[in-house]
Amino acid sequence: MTGKGKRERGKLLLEVRDLHASVEGREILRGIDLTVRAGEVHAIMGPNGSGKSTLAQVLAGHPAYTVTAGRVLYEGHDLLGMAPEARAREGVFLAFQYPVAIRGITNAYFLRSAVNAIRKHKGVEELGPVEFMDALEEKLKAIGWDSSYLSRPVNEGFSGGEKKRNEILQLAVLDPKLAILDETDSGLDIDALKTVAQTVDKLRRPDNATVLVTHYDRILTHIEPDVVHVLAGGRIVKSGGKELARELEEKGYDWLREEAVVT
Amino acid sequence: MTDVPDRTAPYVADFEAFARNGASGAPDWLKELREGAIGRFAELGFPTMKQEEWRFTSVAPIADQRFILAHAPGSPGPSGTPVGLPAPSDIERLCLGAGPRVVFVDGRHAPTLSTPADLVGGARAGSLAAALRTDAGGELARAHLARHARWRDSAFAALNTAFLADGAFVHVPADVTLERPLEVVFVSTGRARSEGPLVSHPRSLIVVERGARAAVVETYAALSDGVYWTNAVTEVVVGAGAWAELYRVQREGPHSFQVATTHSRQDRDSYLGLHVVTLGAALARHDIDAVLDGAGAELILNGLYLLGGAQHADHHTVIDHAQPHCASHEFFNGVLAERSHGVFTGRIIVRPGAQRTDSKQTNNNLLLSTEARADSQPQLEIYADDVKCTHGSTVGPIDQMQLYYLRSRGLAPEAARSILTYGFGAEILDRMRHPVVRDRLDRLVRERLA
Repeated sequence: MTGKGKRERGKLLLEVRDLHASVEGREILRGIDLTVRAGEVHAIMGPNGSGKSTLAQVLAGHPAYTVTAGRVLYEGHDLLGMAPEARAREGVFLAFQYPVAIRGITNAYFLRSAVNAIRKHKGVEELGPVEFMDALEEKLKAIGWDSSYLSRPVNEGFSGGEKKRNEILQLAVLDPKLAILDETDSGLDIDALKTVAQTVDKLRRPDNATVLVTHYDRILTHIEPDVVHVLAGGRIVKSGGKELARELEEKGYDWLREEAVVT
Repeated sequence: MTDVPDRTAPYVADFEAFARNGASGAPDWLKELREGAIGRFAELGFPTMKQEEWRFTSVAPIADQRFILAHAPGSPGPSGTPVGLPAPSDIERLCLGAGPRVVFVDGRHAPTLSTPADLVGGARAGSLAAALRTDAGGELARAHLARHARWRDSAFAALNTAFLADGAFVHVPADVTLERPLEVVFVSTGRARSEGPLVSHPRSLIVVERGARAAVVETYAALSDGVYWTNAVTEVVVGAGAWAELYRVQREGPHSFQVATTHSRQDRDSYLGLHVVTLGAALARHDIDAVLDGAGAELILNGLYLLGGAQHADHHTVIDHAQPHCASHEFFNGVLAERSHGVFTGRIIVRPGAQRTDSKQTNNNLLLSTEARADSQPQLEIYADDVKCTHGSTVGPIDQMQLYYLRSRGLAPEAARSILTYGFGAEILDRMRHPVVRDRLDRLVRERLA
């Protein structure tokens, strides 16, 4: 199922209103408005330093960012009042731009702990190691991995591409309602990009949504977005259809910066 | 220092009694060794924090007390009561595997708690005292004992050598493979005499000959929470092409003191995995001196210290690359809770001519409280030019990004902290090759961290 605009609009998943956020006293987000409905894919594009990653991290609950104004509703509830783990359990997932390595903890143990934390929250029976491995097999295959990656410590000694695949594996295993992918496409070669994009595309359903944060339009040739937003200077300065991505790729971001200053 | 003679004098007096009575049946070479060692101990005295190698560790709590030699000649059991041996079940719970075992109580061999010394292929695992009484054992002991441990430089190793009487004697002849890990268990009763708490000086010798394969688990533990001091020395000799693992598990009692030296010497193309897990004692100092003395030898020196309360543990390691084409990989992780203090010194010497040395050292310390402390000092001394040596150390609380990452996957902060803490232990446990031993140690580490 692809998210074309002709069908009925899905229910509201995420409503961001006039969001301002700062880090170390520096304001990065200066009034973001964004509405994401179930079944949609949104691309958020913009030059470096425009606030793309900050937006993604604020939505996931990064402790270093302070929200100074505005609000965010997720399924009608105040997202910003929720702890990071509460957001995850309610179906928010952030694929990190820079995934974190964890010494000594195998990928399998990490994934199963995460899955079981969410299952427990939902009141579903937790999975044992064997059942979990069975459930994982197909998802591993989808990203082109064998089980050897599961016995390695989380992201430790992983290449950039391996770390990104690992984020997508987590996405596939945790099956969130709202997936935010922060520059998951950067640092991937053509084949890896294709694998990652196909995996994400296969996960699209009428009841979930994806926000792709990206600098390039490359990944959008594999995952067709419903809406493309351009972020500059901490605000969304333009929104449009998928053709906007192509336009940005051709013209670059400089013209937008001027526009952002003018408005 | 005027007080040095005062502190060593009681031990010199004890030695004289020991040499007159209980040790009188020893061969001449051993008598000479002991005489030389007590002399050296008296010269060196107890170390002070003014000495570079002891700058983070005060042994005053040991030096200021009068410890009585356990099993002094002609003495009855502690407090004059007959010495009751521990129950076999007490030993059982301290063992990590189901292999042959050699058990010592307050430093003396307990044959009824041990399995027979003779093993397959002529291998032996028994008491050093018994081995010294045989021709073959005596020869082997003479060939190795005190040849490897640097007792001339260390007051504690010298004192151990002076009172050298018993400990484990493991001999694996050439090309013999031992399937199951050998267990060497040193238990302390923690019982004191009216004159003072006890000290034991276990002395072990492990010889794995050319082409042989063996794993040995050395456990130090207590049967009570009494005050006592263990002053141990273990020498490990790994022959050409041999493969050996030594697991050293220190679970001494909460009010005890442990000072120990583990000295290894490897011949060419050998492998030694030296795994250290330090959990116990109020004050612990462990010197590890590993010599790579044959081309192509490989050493994994892998340690974990989990401390709490006011525990202090100091690991002082020296890896000596004496020959070319050797590899040493050293990893020590510490998890320090409450007011505990962990010290790690990692000295790596690459001798002239030890070209193509590949040496890696890391020491990571996790501080679980603001009062916990870790000191980490790498010391590289490289006298060859074609070498690869890296080192790194970290000291700090739980990483906030790691915590956030786990929370962003649905884990509660407490669960996330517990996973990250366990990771410091698991990273070390993962390098242990023996699955049964590793699993048992894993359980021990989890219990400790829970």
